[in-house]
Amino acid sequence: MGKRRVAIVGAGMTKFVRRAQETGKELAYEAAKMALDSCELTLKDVDCVSLGTAPDAFDGVHMKGEYLSDGAGGWRKPIMRPYVGGGTGVFTAIHGWLQVTSGLFDICLVVAEEKMSSCYPHPAGAFLTIFDHTTEQPLKPNLIWIFALEMRRYMETYGISHRDIALVSVKNKKNAMDHPCAQIPQEITVDDVLNSEVLADPVHLLDISPTSDGAAALVLASEHIAKKITDKPVWLDGVGWNIDTAYWATRDLCYPRYVEKAARMAYEMAGIKEPHKEIQVAEPYDPFDYKELHHMEGLLLCGKGEAPRLTAEGVTARDGNLPICPSGGLLGVGNPIAASGVMKICEIFWQLREEAGKRQVPGKPKVGLAQAWGDLMQVGTVVVMRR
Amino acid sequence: MNNKKLNFKGTALRSSDIKEKKVLTTSWKPSLQYAWDDGVAIGRYLKELKNGKIIARKCKKCGRIMIPPRMFCELCFRPTDEWVYVKDTGIINTFSISYVHWDARRIKEGEKPFIPAVIEIDGASEGMGILHVLGEVDPEDVKSGMRVKAVWKSPEERIGAITDIKYFKPIIER
Repeated sequence: MGKRRVAIVGAGMTKFVRRAQETGKELAYEAAKMALDSCELTLKDVDCVSLGTAPDAFDGVHMKGEYLSDGAGGWRKPIMRPYVGGGTGVFTAIHGWLQVTSGLFDICLVVAEEKMSSCYPHPAGAFLTIFDHTTEQPLKPNLIWIFALEMRRYMETYGISHRDIALVSVKNKKNAMDHPCAQIPQEITVDDVLNSEVLADPVHLLDISPTSDGAAALVLASEHIAKKITDKPVWLDGVGWNIDTAYWATRDLCYPRYVEKAARMAYEMAGIKEPHKEIQVAEPYDPFDYKELHHMEGLLLCGKGEAPRLTAEGVTARDGNLPICPSGGLLGVGNPIAASGVMKICEIFWQLREEAGKRQVPGKPKVGLAQAWGDLMQVGTVVVMRR
Repeated sequence: MNNKKLNFKGTALRSSDIKEKKVLTTSWKPSLQYAWDDGVAIGRYLKELKNGKIIARKCKKCGRIMIPPRMFCELCFRPTDEWVYVKDTGIINTFSISYVHWDARRIKEGEKPFIPAVIEIDGASEGMGILHVLGEVDPEDVKSGMRVKAVWKSPEERIGAITDIKYFKPIIER
């Protein structure tokens, strides 16, 4: 059985907010329903569901997939929950792709949800248990530590300044001003970032995406069905995923090799030979501003250490040659972990269909990319999309 | 279909909505405890920490001396071969100066910030580091590439934990 071509035919999402009145299940329903409505399908048309949601510890519900399943359209259907921490959103779309490309199902509803606000006093505390329980947890690490350690390593390896990196936060929060779902759209300056509270140097408050509640969803269909549903299918032509060791302190943090491996897998599948020329719009994962740069390099969209220069030159602006995070990214739209990865795919879907409204990038892009990242700085998940 | 016409759902709450009971919440404070088994490799690692030593594990096939030690080599996917004592000195690969606790609480006014670092341990393969914290140093004096040495708790205080090393401190070069 060969691979079947798979298209995205519908997309939906909720607003991303610090704390939503809706439960996770209600958020999942709103996003899933919106995605189905957008392509005029009903739950009856859905053969299977891929559901993504990150650590159960956020919600304190230890069968979160099952709890969310009916909101996600999974009632009495084959439903599965893939999980790779922060990489879960894009991974869930890849999981949906697998179910359709294999020929097992024709229509898959992909739903990702996160409700982080339930965790008190701060969801950051729930991250303690991702660290090794014997060799790291007794040191009481905060999640930001690993980002700070990686950011400094990246800066010192390539001679990058905090000022160079802060431009990403400025760009993305401004892009988010045009996103109706955005949690912290803001017009800020580089100095605002540099002068914001130091949490774990070199990471300042405005270098970081917020914690959020929200959901996002996609409808995937096999080729022959997709063409009946819409005259504007967006093809999932390449997928890739890769994971490095959880012994994160034993590898060089200056470059995400696992992201490169995931990207190469997706590029090969999609027939992309020169990603920096062929990818026309991209949504790399940006939970921290330096991560967008780190991931542009890992995705081979530029050379190592070159992403800051492209940013400074405006190449990655919405009207630049290679628009990066035109949605506003996690820094601007918000970061409900699993949902944010699917939000990125929604954005590329809308961009390639020229339905992104005020966020629309010029030049009628035909090829785009979305990427997520997570676990202990070790997983990359990538999709290449074509109209 | 244009984004402008889409109706995005989701209702943002304010802290005051909860305080003023405009929305009702249910809360639970779990009291869960876990006892994690130390395992074969880490078990020996902890025993040696109690002795004031750091031990690694060598794979003869790829030649790597690995810390934290492991009983299998994830690259060669075969058993590792022997125990190797490494030094309690190393080099700072990268570091941070942290003003937040693990649960995002800010440190108190006047309290010293944490200085977490990745420390490449002397005697382990190049690039093999561990997470620990630095002490006996002003934050502004810390630099990547600095040589550091473990400061141990006294033998009576040591329990066989990573915290038997209180912190690493800079080695003053003479």
